[in-house]
Amino acid sequence: MSGVNVKNLGIRFGSNAVIEHLDLAVNPGEFLVLLGPSGCGKSTLLHSIAGLIDVAEGSIEIGGNDVTEAEPNERGIGMVFQSYALYPTMTVERNMSFGLRVSGTPKPAIEERVKRAARMLQLEPLLQRKPSQLSGGQRQRVAIGRALVRDANVFLLDEPLSNLDAKLRTELRRELKLLHNSLGATMIYVTHDQVEAMTLATRVVVMRGGKIQQIGAPVAVYERPENLFVAGFLGAPGMNFLKGELTEGDSGAVFTSTAVKVPLDPATFKVDTHRSGRRAVVLGIRPEDIRIHEDGELSGTVQLVEPMGNHRVVWINMNGISLSAVLHDDRDIRTDSTIRYSFDVRRVSCFDEATEQRL
Amino acid sequence: MPRMGTHPSQQRADAGIAVAPRPMRRRARRIDVARVGIYAFLIAAALFFLTPLYIMVVTSLKSMDEIRQGFLFALPEHFTIEPWRAAWSEVCTGVSCDGIRTGFWNSVMIVVPSVIFPILIGAINGYALSFWRTRAADWLFAMLLLGAFIPAQVMIYPLVKVLAAASLFSSLPGIVVIHVIFSMPVMTLLFRNYYASLPQELFKAARIDGGGFWRIFLQLMLPMSTPIMIVGAIMQVTGVWNDYIFGLVFAGRENLPMTVQLNNVINTTTGERLYNVNMAATILTSLVPLLVYFVSGRWFVRGIAAGAVKG
Ligand SMILES: Nc1ncnc2c1ncn2[C@@H]1O[C@H](COP(=O)(O)OP(=O)(O)OP(=O)(O)O)[C@@H](O)[C@H]1O
Ligand SMILES: [Mg+2]
Repeated sequence: MSGVNVKNLGIRFGSNAVIEHLDLAVNPGEFLVLLGPSGCGKSTLLHSIAGLIDVAEGSIEIGGNDVTEAEPNERGIGMVFQSYALYPTMTVERNMSFGLRVSGTPKPAIEERVKRAARMLQLEPLLQRKPSQLSGGQRQRVAIGRALVRDANVFLLDEPLSNLDAKLRTELRRELKLLHNSLGATMIYVTHDQVEAMTLATRVVVMRGGKIQQIGAPVAVYERPENLFVAGFLGAPGMNFLKGELTEGDSGAVFTSTAVKVPLDPATFKVDTHRSGRRAVVLGIRPEDIRIHEDGELSGTVQLVEPMGNHRVVWINMNGISLSAVLHDDRDIRTDSTIRYSFDVRRVSCFDEATEQRL
Repeated sequence: MPRMGTHPSQQRADAGIAVAPRPMRRRARRIDVARVGIYAFLIAAALFFLTPLYIMVVTSLKSMDEIRQGFLFALPEHFTIEPWRAAWSEVCTGVSCDGIRTGFWNSVMIVVPSVIFPILIGAINGYALSFWRTRAADWLFAMLLLGAFIPAQVMIYPLVKVLAAASLFSSLPGIVVIHVIFSMPVMTLLFRNYYASLPQELFKAARIDGGGFWRIFLQLMLPMSTPIMIVGAIMQVTGVWNDYIFGLVFAGRENLPMTVQLNNVINTTTGERLYNVNMAATILTSLVPLLVYFVSGRWFVRGIAAGAVKG
């Protein structure tokens, strides 16, 4: 087990700084998930940890050793590439064993390890095929297998499940988690899939434009986003945002907007709202924190009901503002009817409108 | 309600939807002016290029008596392959009179290394330039390309001096070195562009697997390079085979390539001009590039990187 410690990392492509002053400490044995919009530098960060791109400034430590200048194969890593990057002229078996052959591992050991990985990933019948004779999902599994046979201390996985069908993805997700538990290796995992992030991660890193926005346990990042970006990025359907003002009432803070007036629980705030007076804020509330019930203090008309299988998403028009709410029971809700609901004020997030930071 | 188990069309009929029988479309053979024009042009162009070839082939199969009658387009009355035999093994090429076969074998000796080395070196250059990017890579590449734009004639005299100093002038290695040098820009460009079109992550994966410069080249890149190597080979075989000026200057009397000897055959001033032998010799000389084109056409479009990337 080795941790990864990235300090003050800077990466440039020509004059274009993709990553600047990035600090990231990955604990040994951790399953760290990198989340972020396309082009925010997730792959770049992964490639720099792997030693595949030159670091402009800063340092990278793996297992306590400074590897900033080390060759990729000296870093004890295994990597799954976003584009698979399988060797097209080699069979699946030789793809997986290439690294071991290079390092001069004895033949029986190579066979044994390839077999083990192939069994785990259900690749046994495909070992003699060329990558061009495989489906997208099969190629992805070979790419994972190629990383696994290396017995590395740190695995870097760049969207390894992105091209699989839903069923296989769920299966492999579980396999990966079990694998992580049994290997105990550190894993850094890039994904666009929030379910993957939530289920796999011990910690989630949300990135934007080459900067880390928030690091934390999945639940913490989901429930207490540090800023508007993180709040909006996580969750489907996304968090509802209401622009308004925060004022100090008799019994604590009150959020007022053109559409609604909500008293807030003082416990939701990091900062002392007493002294700040009025301020422009954005109130964020997750769809599942809008409770639909008869004696709710708020009302609105139903715009649309989207059935999702095990739940429904109800779109409510609240004085011209569209809100989404998640409903788990099967009560009868009709479009255009008026319903009553309330906000779970203990679970709202409040952001300063100017700085977009959590209050 | 349509009955279960009936053919869909029947169901539709049952449901009362009239299915109009599709009218049999007769292919109207309209006389299309544009099409006629295209064919006329294509046929004219083909004739334009084929006529000389036709004349060469028929002439080479006639006896001199028949040629003297002056019917250029007529088929030979008495087929004879005698001119071909003469061209191959008897005709005088300058001093000696063993036919152009010596030239043929000289050309083969020149072409084989002049194909292998440029392709190998070009592949290494292209590979290094597209994957092992150093600061000087772009600069080096620009220099190499500049070399491609300088007319070869400018460099002949300096190269004569250099080769003479290295005592390679007028020798087989000498002419091969010349071909290697002059092919370098194009071969490098060819391979660099090919490797640049491969996914970079392929190379990165091999780096993680611990591959070094040569291992990645030999075990990963070279096996993927078959299509571009064939393209390179076609370019080199035809280019070197058709070369005249370098062969004349650098090969030396013993190693004159077939083109130079052909020129000697045709330009002999003594005696009667043997048109049939000349034609046969010319066709023999152009046979190798022709063969290369016929055999290798299908290789041009092959992509071997299929399956390396997503999708
Ligand atoms: N070789 C390169 N040269 C120049 N710019 C690059 C290069 N590679 C990446 N970039 C730029 O760096 C930024 C980050 O790219 P990166 O591939 O890390 O994004 P990503 O977060 O992995 O996105 P995605 O989720 O789409 O894979 C992008 O703006 C991209 O254009
Ligand atoms: Mg990426």
